Amino acid sequence: MSKAVVTDEKLPDLPPPSNTVGPVHWVKENLLSSPGNIALTIFAAWLIYMLVPGTLDWTIISAVWAGGADACRANPEAACWPFVWTKWEQFIYGFYPAESRWRVDFAMLLLVVGIAYLMIEKTPGKRYMGLFMLVIYPIIAWILLYGSVFGLEEVKTNKWGGFSLTLVIALTGIVFSLPIGVVLALGRRSNMPAIRSICVVFIEFWRGVPLISVLFMSSVMLPLFLPEGVSFNDLLRALIGVALFSAAYMAEVVRGGLQAIPKGQYEGADSLGLSYWQKMRLIILPQALKIVIPGIVNTFIGLFKDTTLVLIIGLLDLLGTVQAGIADPNWSIKSVPYTGYAFTALVFFICCYGMSLYSRKIEEKLHTGHKR
Amino acid sequence: MKLKTLLAASAVVVMGSSIAGAATLDDVKAAGAIKCGVSQGLPGFSNPDDQGNWTGLDVDVCRAMAAAVFGDASKVEYVPLSAKTRFTALQSGEIDVLSRNTTWTFSRDNNLGLEFVGVNYYDGQGFMVRKDLGVKSATELSGAAVCTNTGTTTELNVADYFRSQGMDYTVVAFEKADEVVAAYDAGRCDVYTTDRSGLAAQRVKLSDPDAHVVLPEIISKEPLGPAVRHGDNQWGDIARWTLNALINAEELGITSANVDEMRNSDNPGIKRIIGADSELGAQLGLSSDWAYNIVKQVGNYGEAYERNVGPNTSLKLERGVNELWSKGGILYAAPMR
Amino acid sequence: MTTPNVADQPAKASMLYDPRVRSMAYQGLALIAIIWFGYFIWDNATTNMENRGIKTGFDFLWNRAGFDIIQTPVEYTQDSSYGRSFLVGLINTLIVAGLGVIVATILGFVIGVARLSNNYVIRKLATVYIEIFRNIPLLLQIFFWYHAVLKPLPSPRSLYEKGEVIAFGINNRGAYLPEPIFGDYSFLILLGLIAAFLGSYFLGKWAKKRQEMTGMPFPVFLCSFGMIIGLPFIGWLMAMVLASESAPLTFSYAEMAGFQLKGGLPIIPELVALLIALAVYTAAFIAEIVRAGIQSVSHGQTEAAHALGIRNGVTLRLVIIPQALRVIIPPLTSQYLNLTKNSSLATAIAYPDLVSVFAGTALNQTGQAVEIISLTMAVYLLVSLTTSVFMNWYNSKMSLVER
Repeated sequence: MSKAVVTDEKLPDLPPPSNTVGPVHWVKENLLSSPGNIALTIFAAWLIYMLVPGTLDWTIISAVWAGGADACRANPEAACWPFVWTKWEQFIYGFYPAESRWRVDFAMLLLVVGIAYLMIEKTPGKRYMGLFMLVIYPIIAWILLYGSVFGLEEVKTNKWGGFSLTLVIALTGIVFSLPIGVVLALGRRSNMPAIRSICVVFIEFWRGVPLISVLFMSSVMLPLFLPEGVSFNDLLRALIGVALFSAAYMAEVVRGGLQAIPKGQYEGADSLGLSYWQKMRLIILPQALKIVIPGIVNTFIGLFKDTTLVLIIGLLDLLGTVQAGIADPNWSIKSVPYTGYAFTALVFFICCYGMSLYSRKIEEKLHTGHKR
Repeated sequence: MKLKTLLAASAVVVMGSSIAGAATLDDVKAAGAIKCGVSQGLPGFSNPDDQGNWTGLDVDVCRAMAAAVFGDASKVEYVPLSAKTRFTALQSGEIDVLSRNTTWTFSRDNNLGLEFVGVNYYDGQGFMVRKDLGVKSATELSGAAVCTNTGTTTELNVADYFRSQGMDYTVVAFEKADEVVAAYDAGRCDVYTTDRSGLAAQRVKLSDPDAHVVLPEIISKEPLGPAVRHGDNQWGDIARWTLNALINAEELGITSANVDEMRNSDNPGIKRIIGADSELGAQLGLSSDWAYNIVKQVGNYGEAYERNVGPNTSLKLERGVNELWSKGGILYAAPMR
Repeated sequence: MTTPNVADQPAKASMLYDPRVRSMAYQGLALIAIIWFGYFIWDNATTNMENRGIKTGFDFLWNRAGFDIIQTPVEYTQDSSYGRSFLVGLINTLIVAGLGVIVATILGFVIGVARLSNNYVIRKLATVYIEIFRNIPLLLQIFFWYHAVLKPLPSPRSLYEKGEVIAFGINNRGAYLPEPIFGDYSFLILLGLIAAFLGSYFLGKWAKKRQEMTGMPFPVFLCSFGMIIGLPFIGWLMAMVLASESAPLTFSYAEMAGFQLKGGLPIIPELVALLIALAVYTAAFIAEIVRAGIQSVSHGQTEAAHALGIRNGVTLRLVIIPQALRVIIPPLTSQYLNLTKNSSLATAIAYPDLVSVFAGTALNQTGQAVEIISLTMAVYLLVSLTTSVFMNWYNSKMSLVER
């Protein structure tokens, strides 16, 4: 009779078989598991070889880093970073008067601090801070930038430009599109046929036409639609166009959230005798908005990128100031346009990628289903 | 309409906007600045420097108008416009005067609701090509690809010209002048066509300006001038006579340097324009020293020309037909009496 | 306390609280506000335009345009009308949008699947692609591709001088495809093509039916491919035999004439650049949509398919994608709409689309901004709504039939 081998204490874990660990195995499993996979790996390596060294060489290794226009003229086959250093202030502030630029800096600093506060987890009073950033901050920023009160000198909006203008447009769009979008989304889900159709028409109209035609309308045609003599600031008009445009997109995102809330939630709220607005404010919207945060952030990213289109109506945003810099005859060098555009692309990439990372983080946090 | 006024008033309160009457002069005075439509960047005519200060021949017309209206040439709000947006902006009241190297044509004057007030630069459309093409004349351009701006008279002229010469061509039309230059520089086209002054201005932006040559043909008449909205004659007169004052000042030898001593001159012609007791200003609804302010702050036409586009600038444009009529040109302003 | 009117009073008081009355009142107010607003705009626009002496009406559409357009899919010369230029612009927009949708969809699906690949490098490359192209403004990308396309291409003249073949010439004036010229009996080729398509369609139907009945698969794809190549070829051979003197199908190649290549079918670099930019940009979004769609299909489905012994590719094609499509199609629709609208950025690089030709050049020549912009917006709205309707129909066709 064979004796059973029994031990009453836990045996130490054995190391995994040697052919399933280590870099060699990793490469085998991930890169070379099948002929098709090997082909893909070779293809990818070829792609990287084609793209990366050339890009690195142009942007960093051979690039001109110091000096002036003459240094770039001597080496037109690589990036010309002195162009960016020279025009740096214009790219950020546009034509904002030099002695008042601290106001722009201060507004941007407040923004960064506020956003950082909101993004760091477990900071107290996030709700109030969020409300502050959405309601109070825009007012503060407007006062800082525009001035003409509290002894701040007035700076007309046609002096605004560069990256700060890009931020102004994007943030105004963000701040206004969310509430308008929520109202539109609620309107689209309303039981009242007239309200519903008005909202549907409004949303589909703004989603159906290109932003540049909206901007063209708001920038040059609007006075035709207003009574003689009434006019408002051209930046404001572009802002309204951008805000309404993104509000329509926002409305569809929010509607997605509203539809995802189970019917029982609506019925539960109704059975408690809550009024429509109570129901929405206390039960539905908090849940609905939470699940569509990634969608909202994506709309923000789209809005942020779309700000480049204001260039077409003559507002000098970041891309506009870069183009103006490129047109400067002192810098008519082959590498300058590429450098300018590369710089702009980099700035936009950093901002948008940052936002998209944040949205992904939230998405993961909210993802409660089992994932493999 | 009562409702409208109500809305207008509420709009003012809510949006912080301005309300004004029908007359452009009153609007301008209430706003405290002239809204002047300029190009998005054409060296010599209207171009912002690094600080956002606008300079150029077209800009000087607006500055002169501001000097005439406010006695301060800096009271101008510049609105950069593309070729596409310029007329709509003027029609809609977005700007008060359009001074953006715009060609005076019949249909623009009559169909678009504009009123051209004169000519501040006589131009003609020309062609620029690469030197290594070996082309000596525009008649050799059969089959060429031509880069130009959308929505300009040049687009129509080039169509007419190639048709009349019985030549083929393809047109590549861009929205912004900078994009035209970039595409031409990249070799997308054989020919770059626009007003000859524009060719001179844009040439300095090319990566190798000396490798290009402007062909001798001038295929069109391009009288470039400022325009105002149709229907407001007082404002049109102010624009027209501001321009005339610039030209007449040169004819009479009044410059920004000598305008103060000229003010006491005995010459009746000079006295009528810039004299302390000039009555001309009142007839325009302006102060009596309007013309004095123009010359004092902006200079006469000749000074503006030398400063912005003349032989000593990067554009290196000779006066040519833009010389005074008395010196062999065609600049001939109506007398101010 | 009882009053004789007790029955009426609550009713009177509740009028205000009756949800139906309230909802009617709200709707009435909203409608009145909208109608008033519309009237306000209309009234202002007409009075303003009258005061300023601006011409109104759509008569201008029949006037001579006088300008030329670089890409004219329909007959157009400078003598054509503004209405004709509108048509040219519209078709050009549809061309770039249609091609863009196709290319972006293919590219997007490939990259979306690559993002879930087992291969580490491919997966990371796909991620990098998505992040880069999604986060840079499209306008910049269009500029980039335009100059990236133009820069390496030689001018036709330099090619010609070097004595190189320029028949299929790809140069900085565009790619010149040979233009087919149809001779006698060439209809036989067309006939072959039509027969091939019809044949493929019925073959597909038959094969599906057979597979459902017997479980036997049939290589539909290969057979259809063979037919589409083979039948026109047979048609061509027959035409050759019948028309012994003249060739049924010849190609005219581009030739150097003066400055430019003439003849052939030119594809202008603006179209290529815009197409690449739109497709590459939109594909990044589509890839993310595809990834989310595939991930939304429960893992159990894959495991069940594997347990049945179905191979990876077939699992993807027959099990995962059909289910994922239900999640994919709605957001895919909005991407198609975005692509169409984004094609209006063509104006930056001289591609003659609707905005560039009609809302650009024509607007400037006529100055009738209100009419032209309304017409342009109406066209985009129409295209958007049509696409929406079509995709909704497709979506309802694809959606799971639930019990």
